[in-house]
Amino acid sequence: MYVAVKGGERAIDNAHRLLAKKRRGDTAVAELGVEQIRQQLPLAVARVMSEGSLYDEQLAALAIKQAAGDLVEAIFLLRAYRTTLPRFCASLPIDTSRMLLSRRLSATFKDVPGGQLLGPTFDYTHRLLDFSLLAEGDYPGPDVHGHAQLEPCPHVLGLLAKEGLIKEETDLGEAADDITRTPLEYPASRAQRLQALARGDEGFLLALGYSSQRGYGRNHPFAGEIRIGEVDVWLEPEELGFPIAIGAIEITECEMVNQFVGSTAEPAQFTRGYGLAFGHAERKAMAMALVDRSLRAEEYGEEIQSPAQQQEFVLAHCDNVEAAGFVSHLKLPHYVDFQSELELIRKLRKPSTEQAQ
Amino acid sequence: MTATPVPPAAGPVRNPEYDRARQHWIGVLARAHRDDFDCHEAALRDTDYQLIRAPEIGMALVRGRMGGNGAPFNVGEMSVTRCVVRLADGRTGYSYLAGRDKARAELAALADAHLQGAQQARWMSELIEPLAQAQADRRARQEAETAATKVEFFTLVRGEH
Repeated sequence: MYVAVKGGERAIDNAHRLLAKKRRGDTAVAELGVEQIRQQLPLAVARVMSEGSLYDEQLAALAIKQAAGDLVEAIFLLRAYRTTLPRFCASLPIDTSRMLLSRRLSATFKDVPGGQLLGPTFDYTHRLLDFSLLAEGDYPGPDVHGHAQLEPCPHVLGLLAKEGLIKEETDLGEAADDITRTPLEYPASRAQRLQALARGDEGFLLALGYSSQRGYGRNHPFAGEIRIGEVDVWLEPEELGFPIAIGAIEITECEMVNQFVGSTAEPAQFTRGYGLAFGHAERKAMAMALVDRSLRAEEYGEEIQSPAQQQEFVLAHCDNVEAAGFVSHLKLPHYVDFQSELELIRKLRKPSTEQAQ
Repeated sequence: MTATPVPPAAGPVRNPEYDRARQHWIGVLARAHRDDFDCHEAALRDTDYQLIRAPEIGMALVRGRMGGNGAPFNVGEMSVTRCVVRLADGRTGYSYLAGRDKARAELAALADAHLQGAQQARWMSELIEPLAQAQADRRARQEAETAATKVEFFTLVRGEH
C-alpha cells in the first residue's frame, strides 16, 4: 500500500541536477559526444539496440550517454522511446544467406565453403590491458588486397540438412505472434520465445546457456555457424505493391547444432538452436541459441528438469526492463507496509517476552 | 434515393519490368547517406511539389526466420522515416528509409518522383548510377577487409623419420 507523501519535490530536482553533474564528470575533460559513443562503443550500442528492441544506433548512443554508461538504464530509455513511435508495418523476413559478411565461423567444419572469416574479433587476443590505448593512436587496419572477394558462404547447417542429418526448418506460412501486442501465454510458441529471447538480457541468457552446458538440461551444443554482417531490410508498402529495400542493419546470427533425436520410426537427426541479435553481438546470439534449444525440450520429448528448459521461468524473467523495474520498486517508500510488519513482529514477540518474566 | 455507383478509380496497371527498375532506384536511394544528396538537393527541389505525407518517423518490425530459412519471428523494431511527395504534373514519389532523417526522406521521395518522369535517363545517370557505384565500391572495400581475415589452414605432417 502506498500513501502519497509530499515534500520531496525540491530534493528530487536537485538530485537530478546532481546526477547531470556526475554524468558530465570533470569539466576540464572534453564532453563525450553521442557520435563518439556510436562510433567508438559499437558493441555497447548493439546491446542497447537488441535489448531495447529498437534498431537505431544514434538513439542507442544517446541513451548510453544519458544513462551515464548504465546499459540496463539505457535499454529502459530506448524501450520507453520506442512506445512513442507508430509502427508502419512489419518487414519481410530478413534473408541472412545474403548478408554482407564481416565475420563468419563454423566450429563444426574446418573447410566450410567460403571459409572461416575472423573479422574484427576479441578472440585470440591475450586479454592483457593495452596501455597504448591510454594515448591517442592510429589504427589503419590490416593490409587489404583491393580486389579480394569473398566466396559464397552458404549456411553451414544447410549442408547437413541436404544429407538429412539435421532437422529441417519449416515455414507453414503462419503469422508470427507478436509478444509486444499480445501478452505471452504459456506454453509459448517458438516464434514468441525467440522474440522474447531476442530482447532478453544478455547476462541472464548467458548464465542459462552456461548452466545447460554444465549439466542442467544438457543439449550438447556445437557452434555450427556464427555470422555477423549487414543485411538489407525489405518492406512491402501497400501503396507501392512491390517490396523495397529501406537500408541495411547489422546483425549477428548463431546456429547451434545439438544433440540428436530419433526413434524407431525416424532415423537419428541433429537438432537446432537459433540466435539472432542486432549489431555485433556474438555472445548474445550464442547464448540465445543455447536457450532456444533448451526450450525445445518438450517438442523433442525430453524430460524438463532444469531452469533453462522451463519456458515460464526463462521467458518471465529474461526481460531486464521488467526485472530491473520490479527489483527497483523496492526503493519506493513502503513506510506503511513496513509499519504493519513491524507491529506484527512486535505482537508475536510479546507473549514470549512476558513468559520469560 | 439510389446512389449512383461510382466506377472504381483506375488502379495503376502493374508492369513488372517497371516495378523492378523502380525497386532498384528506391533501394539505391535508401542506402544513400545524407551527404550523398548534398550536391543534388537544389536540383531535386527545383520543381513545384507538395507533401502528400510530410516526412514522418515511425518503426518497422524486423522479422527473421528460425534457423535462417524457417518460419518467421519478430526480432525487434527499427526506426524508419517515410515521405510522399506529389509534383505539379501529378507524379507521386515515395520513400521509406531506415533511420530518422526527415530531410533525406523528402529528397529520396522527390528523387523517386523525378525518376518516373520524362527526365528519367538524366536522373539515372546523374544520381542513381553514381550512388549505386559508390555503394558497390563500399561493399567491395568491406569485402576485401573481411577477406584479409580469412583463415588459410595448413596442416603439419609429422615425418616418419
